[in-house]
Amino acid sequence: MSKFCSLKEAVQHYVHDGELLYIAGFTHLIPFAAGHEIIRQGRKDLVLARATPDLIYDQMVAAGCVHKVIFSYMGNPGVGSLRIVRAALESGKLEWEEYSHFGMISRLQAGATGLPFIPMNQTAATDLEQHNPAIRRVVDPYSGKEVIVVPPLQPDVAIVHVQRCDANGNAHIWGIIGEQKEAAFAAKHVILTAEEIVDEAVIRSDPNRTLIPEFVVDAVCRVPYCAHPSYTQGYYDRDNTFYLAWDKISETPDEVQRWLDEWVYGVEDRAGYWEKLGDETHRRLQIKPRLAAPVDYGNY
Amino acid sequence: MATYSSSELMCVNAARLLRDGDRVFVGVGLPNLACNLAMRTHAPNLQMIYEAGVIGARPARLPLSIGDPTLVSGATAVCSMYDIFAFYLQRGNVDVGFLGGAQIDRFGNINATVIGEYDHPKVRLPGSGGSQEIAAWADRCYIITPHQKRRFPERVDFGTSAGYLDGRARRDAAGLNGKGPVAVVTDLGMLEPDESGELVLTALHPGITVEQVLANTGWPLKSAAKLRITEPPGKEELHILRDELDPQGIYLKGG
Repeated sequence: MSKFCSLKEAVQHYVHDGELLYIAGFTHLIPFAAGHEIIRQGRKDLVLARATPDLIYDQMVAAGCVHKVIFSYMGNPGVGSLRIVRAALESGKLEWEEYSHFGMISRLQAGATGLPFIPMNQTAATDLEQHNPAIRRVVDPYSGKEVIVVPPLQPDVAIVHVQRCDANGNAHIWGIIGEQKEAAFAAKHVILTAEEIVDEAVIRSDPNRTLIPEFVVDAVCRVPYCAHPSYTQGYYDRDNTFYLAWDKISETPDEVQRWLDEWVYGVEDRAGYWEKLGDETHRRLQIKPRLAAPVDYGNY
Repeated sequence: MATYSSSELMCVNAARLLRDGDRVFVGVGLPNLACNLAMRTHAPNLQMIYEAGVIGARPARLPLSIGDPTLVSGATAVCSMYDIFAFYLQRGNVDVGFLGGAQIDRFGNINATVIGEYDHPKVRLPGSGGSQEIAAWADRCYIITPHQKRRFPERVDFGTSAGYLDGRARRDAAGLNGKGPVAVVTDLGMLEPDESGELVLTALHPGITVEQVLANTGWPLKSAAKLRITEPPGKEELHILRDELDPQGIYLKGG
């Protein structure tokens, strides 16, 4: 398969039942289009890891794709409860594994750097450690004091959305960079989705902005508006109205199924979804430009 | 006399605890408003840091989420999540953290994880997010919460983040960078830890009685020898909150 492909092809080729997925993005750049494509292709028994499951995992759990979640904050950011994941945890229908944000991100950091574990200082809060056997203590060989350690997280597949990349997958990211780079380096396979595919010269004009290099990337997909209702800094706004609306939709399973039928199963791909959102939503999410001062790399 | 909501009262009192130049790890909602209020009054050099990896944010609009794009535009720096927790928080570069949770107990321990048994949750809450480390490593922590009996049990069901554990000596033994929860701001008054780490009532808001506070606390709360009455929210503070920071009343109309 060609590295530059459609999201549909990338999911067909790289995402399999039962695998461990990390769909990246801390509030920003969450590739909802990829979650929806996985739902459409009917993947089952997935283990989904994310610091913040966000609505994307709520929707994938509702669609029956998921066997277990690994997380560090399970809420609808700024709104309240993540109702579907929460109900599934309370009823025992979903397995879970839990960390603090730092623990979760340290697992990715270990996975991304090839280390057997990452140490963290103690926090004196030990209840989570007692319930999660992956969180352990080792003695610091220098001071003799105990530090907390977590093992590497190396997902089978990471899906990472970016503002722009070239056709080989050298990717520029700006705004909140969360755990994008760590997820890409930690995973065995990486599907990159991008708002724009640009000429290699654009990437080479600003190499400090390249967080992900082509050699960790397996598939490159051009998916404009991939992140909605999350956002892409400089391209479109976060759809807070939808985050609030989901709080209501997710109150009843029937409404959720209706929503999935209409907005996931009922559209062909992200282009169809975006068109269906309509002009009014497009206008609401439009943003004015705010350019950075140019940097001079010098001509040597 | 000006009238004000419970949320405005808590926000103003939290803002007054912030010092000029403080580097504050901010959450959305009331902590964000308190920081912005402090910046526009007595603490113009306060620095807002968000766990999404944003340093020196100057939000032009009220952010709904902790990862809102308005936090990035005009900030002094943006870094990865690993960096914000490791370089900034763990290294000791954060002066103030704000915490919240479903339960806060007698020793300032916080539960944001679960009501009931962990493995068989009665009510599953969001979990730690950044709060386990903020409570440990920010130099001072503040808690803003409505004062209700179910929120103030004798002992939390689950310790998401550490206050003074079962006494200050045990926190000290863990060798943490941070001092722990130095004040709890509620809609009835303020609680602060005594020398043993137990939260005691140190201030009442205007018009509130000790009996009201006791009736809404789940342990026999002690009162400080000198009980303060807080200054009511001023005209200027309320003007900034209502007209500049939250004109739609998203966070402030409560209570």
